[in-house]
Amino acid sequence: MSIDKDKIIHTSKLARISLEEKKVDSLSKDLSNIFNFIEKLNKIKTDDVKPLTSILDHSLRARDDQVTDGSIREKVLGNAPNKNEEFFIVPKVIE
Amino acid sequence: MSELTNKSLTELVSLIKTKELKSEDITKDFIDNCNKGEKLNAFVTNAFDHALDKAKNFDKNPNLDCLLPGIPLAVKDLFCTEGVRTTAGSKMLENFIPNYESTVTNNLWSEGAFLLGKLNCDEFAMGSSNETSYFGNVINPLKDNVVPGGSSGGSAAAVCANLTPATIGTDTGGSIRQPASFTGTVGLKPTYGLCSRWGIVAFASSLDQAGPMTKNVSDCALMLEAMVGFDPKDSTSINKKKENYSKNLSKDIKGLKIGIPKEYRVDGMPSQIEELWDKGKKILKEEGAEIIDISLPHTEYALPTYYIVAPAEASSNLARYDGVKYGFRSSKGANLIEMYENTRSEGFGDEVKRRILIGTYVLSSGYYDAYYLKAQKVRQLIKRDFDQSFKNVDAILTPSTPSSAFQIGEKKDDPISMYLNDVFTVPVNLAGVPAISIPAGLDKNKLPLGLQLIGKPLAEQTLLNIAYSMEDKINFKLDLNKWWEN
Repeated sequence: MSIDKDKIIHTSKLARISLEEKKVDSLSKDLSNIFNFIEKLNKIKTDDVKPLTSILDHSLRARDDQVTDGSIREKVLGNAPNKNEEFFIVPKVIE
Repeated sequence: MSELTNKSLTELVSLIKTKELKSEDITKDFIDNCNKGEKLNAFVTNAFDHALDKAKNFDKNPNLDCLLPGIPLAVKDLFCTEGVRTTAGSKMLENFIPNYESTVTNNLWSEGAFLLGKLNCDEFAMGSSNETSYFGNVINPLKDNVVPGGSSGGSAAAVCANLTPATIGTDTGGSIRQPASFTGTVGLKPTYGLCSRWGIVAFASSLDQAGPMTKNVSDCALMLEAMVGFDPKDSTSINKKKENYSKNLSKDIKGLKIGIPKEYRVDGMPSQIEELWDKGKKILKEEGAEIIDISLPHTEYALPTYYIVAPAEASSNLARYDGVKYGFRSSKGANLIEMYENTRSEGFGDEVKRRILIGTYVLSSGYYDAYYLKAQKVRQLIKRDFDQSFKNVDAILTPSTPSSAFQIGEKKDDPISMYLNDVFTVPVNLAGVPAISIPAGLDKNKLPLGLQLIGKPLAEQTLLNIAYSMEDKINFKLDLNKWWEN
């Protein structure tokens, strides 16, 4: 299948990645090749196969609903690109 | 004194335990080697001062009752290390200093080891040549201008060039075994769930596993023993009793049944690989194992399946890099959405963007069933192939890679030819089973080639034993001329 430029632009919007015009062309070519390769899977019939969602024998554990840490605001904010004492700062959202 | 760095991890541990060596002597020698090895670009961040402090403290009051007493270890820069920059080979995390420690590295430190530095890798572990790292290519110590493999390329190069006694990597589709094969070292990907994923920068969560990369099989057993353990912080961690892999290491493999899958004989594979595979079979027979031809019929679908499942999970995992809570933030953009878009555009490299877009596309409305659901179904068939085979055999022997290490730049512009590198390693991750790569010989360019042993879930000991017995007979020796020191 060909992944045309419109599809690349739409997908990059979904992925929140801005793309330069010249990158759109090369990505369209790369992804088209990759999807041609991926579509080999259509050769196999899988109507009766159950999808594999986990390779583990056990189901995921639920933990007890207990507080195990907390009071680490400084640590949580420690790597923020922009913050004040209590909050992450982002560009203005509401005018 | 640099002969110290030639020694295996097992030898160093034993010399420390018998008090013939001090941790400081070992640490200084490795630091010296690392400084001489800068050309290889194996390190992103060094922790030499930290390591020397730790070594001196160890020597003052040595605790010898542990697996890795006083041993400096560099680790792949995908493991979060408290207070030490952790980049995942990305501009996105260029200045990220975790305030927590990954469970696996914490386990190593609890056994007496300490951090020597952080090793280069492909960006977010996406690559098979270490060429996607924001911090530049790593060079294969065995030949200039040749890749060390990836994504754990810095780890493989560092073990090969004696810059660290041993290391750990992560393996999502072959990222431990392929670089181990390219550098003549040993690499093991454990059963999914054996090592905790907590604190490892996530790529594809249903496939990612941490594992040891070492000079030989004994070291591999020792490192694995130190790494594993149940971790309540990883919901996929397996709760089982710890095994003494190193103590139980044995060359007795009599009566084991080893499968040879016909689908791993691929077109265009160099004749040396066939020859080494045959040599492997011969050695196993001589050691008393039984060779059985088997079939893993869905092998050819493993790579296409992987290139749906892994990017889909990656696109979801990497959604967290939005420039808000940590990591790089673009200074451009008039509003929040533009800030996100510019941050991700400037912060991620080309291969990472490619995979995020593939993943976003296959998960997007209208395409989910055709791609992601289809891939999950084929993944079931691939796993079933292994389940069926393991009713008849104890392990499977294959080549590790379809070629030896290639030139830097050779495959960079052709994603599919790069992806084909992982044709023998990817099925193992999809099935969640363990596998080890051991050096088997050289190709016509004098570059190493590896053999891979694949085992039943949680049969790491069996794999290590088979590898141990083969290693002895193969008697592979690395020829290090240390060209990078000139």
